[in-house]
Amino acid sequence: MIIQAENPVVEVHDLTVSYDRNPVLWNIDFSIPKGKLVGIIGPNGAGKSTLLKSIMGLLDTESGRIKLFDQALDDVRQRVSYVPQRESVDWDFPASVLDVVLMGRYGKRGLFNRVSKEDKEIAMSCLAKVNMEKYYKRQIAQLSGGQQQRVFIARSLAQQAELYLMDEPFAGVDASAESSILALLQEMRAEEKTILVVHHDLQSAFEYFDWVILLNMRLIASGPKDEVFTNELLQETYGGKLTLLDSLSNFIRRKELPIKDPN
Amino acid sequence: MNDFLKFISLQDSTVRMVVLGVVLLGASTSTVGTFTFLRKKSLIGDAIAHSVLPGICLAFIFIQVKNPLILLLGAFISGWISIFLIDYITRKSRLKADTVIGLVLSVFFGFGILLLTYIQSGGNAAMAGLNNFLFGQAASLVGQDVYLIAGVCLLLVLAVYLLYKEFVIISFDQDYGATLGLPVKLIEVLLSTLTVLAIAVGIQAVGVVLMAAMLITPAAAARYWTNDLRKMILVAASFGALAGILGAYVSYAAPKMPTGPWIIVAISVIAFISILFAPERGVLMKQRMKRLKRGETLRENILKIFFHLGEADGDYSRSRTQNALQERRFIDKAHLKKGLNQLCKQDMLEEDGGAWTLTEAGLDEAMRIARLHRLWEMYLSKYLHMEADHVHEGAESLEHFITPEMELILEKELGFPETDPHDKPIPYKNTING
Repeated sequence: MIIQAENPVVEVHDLTVSYDRNPVLWNIDFSIPKGKLVGIIGPNGAGKSTLLKSIMGLLDTESGRIKLFDQALDDVRQRVSYVPQRESVDWDFPASVLDVVLMGRYGKRGLFNRVSKEDKEIAMSCLAKVNMEKYYKRQIAQLSGGQQQRVFIARSLAQQAELYLMDEPFAGVDASAESSILALLQEMRAEEKTILVVHHDLQSAFEYFDWVILLNMRLIASGPKDEVFTNELLQETYGGKLTLLDSLSNFIRRKELPIKDPN
Repeated sequence: MNDFLKFISLQDSTVRMVVLGVVLLGASTSTVGTFTFLRKKSLIGDAIAHSVLPGICLAFIFIQVKNPLILLLGAFISGWISIFLIDYITRKSRLKADTVIGLVLSVFFGFGILLLTYIQSGGNAAMAGLNNFLFGQAASLVGQDVYLIAGVCLLLVLAVYLLYKEFVIISFDQDYGATLGLPVKLIEVLLSTLTVLAIAVGIQAVGVVLMAAMLITPAAAARYWTNDLRKMILVAASFGALAGILGAYVSYAAPKMPTGPWIIVAISVIAFISILFAPERGVLMKQRMKRLKRGETLRENILKIFFHLGEADGDYSRSRTQNALQERRFIDKAHLKKGLNQLCKQDMLEEDGGAWTLTEAGLDEAMRIARLHRLWEMYLSKYLHMEADHVHEGAESLEHFITPEMELILEKELGFPETDPHDKPIPYKNTING
């Protein structure tokens, strides 16, 4: 069941993506309205992160079209921000909390230029929003999982975007950090920001989000949570892997064949 | 010794040139190498270093003279081809990166040695000294070599200065950099190019076989001393320069000796010292911290025995003999004596003729340990749903690590419980009359 949005902020058409020649997303097609807190839900290996990365242009897609604010990504980069998975970086990197949050300003500065005093002020105010301003000098290696997550979110906030794509911001954080992150996301939604969140916990998903995308290699549903959270659709999402689809993608990978005609 | 004075005083203009060359070289190579190290591309550095050899040889065969600029160009091109190949084969084949690196390195180096042998059999008088490119000869640096080195080094340092934030982002989180709209692929190519250039320019002084160590080791050593990348680059550059000077001295004092190995010996000693002695990250410091913690744990356990004995007979101010303590909980005699003495020095205990009594401070501390133990037991049973008879072990080890802030959180979360899972009272301050 796919409910399309009017004047969508995110529009994905017929997207197929393969990772290391192993197709993980088949013909994904959905749209997201403005000012919603959107959960991307599905079991492990469903392609949730892959979907976010594809929207951010980090992966080569086999086919499909993605529009943000009705334009190509390159034309609206300043309005879009991405929070990668916490585990995707080496936290032993020699940097302070402020150093990392300032990275959110790099895109505004362009090549060769240094970050300005204004950038530092913005970074500090974003740290304050996630209650981390006390730790701005702290080495990132010394942070707990929840603190690392909040630093990543602060870095994203520093971009001052309108659309946020967050990969598992609730993973590995304790209950109090989870509720403070959620409060922040709700605050952002109140400011008419659109937020897509990859989330793995079905239980809290209904409570957290107002629009839900159910994903398991293919799109099962996309729409307001009340309409999407049905037993039938959830069963379809979590009802085991599609064995045939899986073995077909394995076959394609082994033979190193292109999935679709690029034309 | 005379040699040393002459060298260190820099009176000789040849010496000045050589020293200037290696200092610039060591510093700038280490600057670029810091990013190679942080991007975990150290092995690629080694592959590039070995792969520049055929380029140098081909350049020489082509022009038949040892023009440093042309040789540098040859080295640069073949080094660049090698990283391109490594990247291309890794992407297009199913071979793992380490296999590809090993493959490219040996093929290029083998080909280089082949060419070198061919040149030497040709008997061209100008080829003398080409051998130095294997293990390096800093003393052979002359004016035009040093000018070239200076030019390249300036370029390297300037590039890192201007593109610092770009290099940081592709080292820490390249994907994120890409989503910001930064041309990360281009920056990556540029950084690789600088790496090839840094290696190519250092070959004459350090040699292809060992150049990778000059690139990586100073950064690896510097990482031990600081958590700030800007400082780390400065420290790495200083280490590189220092190693260069030592290598140059050896090369000057013993002209038959290749320089590369000596530079590597120097930088390895620096790295070794860093690994052992650096504060915080150094091995010895970590050992020391462990030893201190063990002592602290021992003292806390002894105080806890005093508390338990006091709790049992309702008298915390009674004096206890070693035997009485050991009966409650066995700690071997030597350790117990050591711990008791230390506690006396800290004014936690008072000794009187082979028996010890808790002081007021000692009782506070003993209560704190017992409190942390019991609070932690409560936490384990409440949040991890562990049975009461299983929580003791965990609390026994973790009680020594709970900081005052954590204690506060623990007390609040648990709501200041009165008893632990074994129904023993949790001793808060002012609840016991000592």
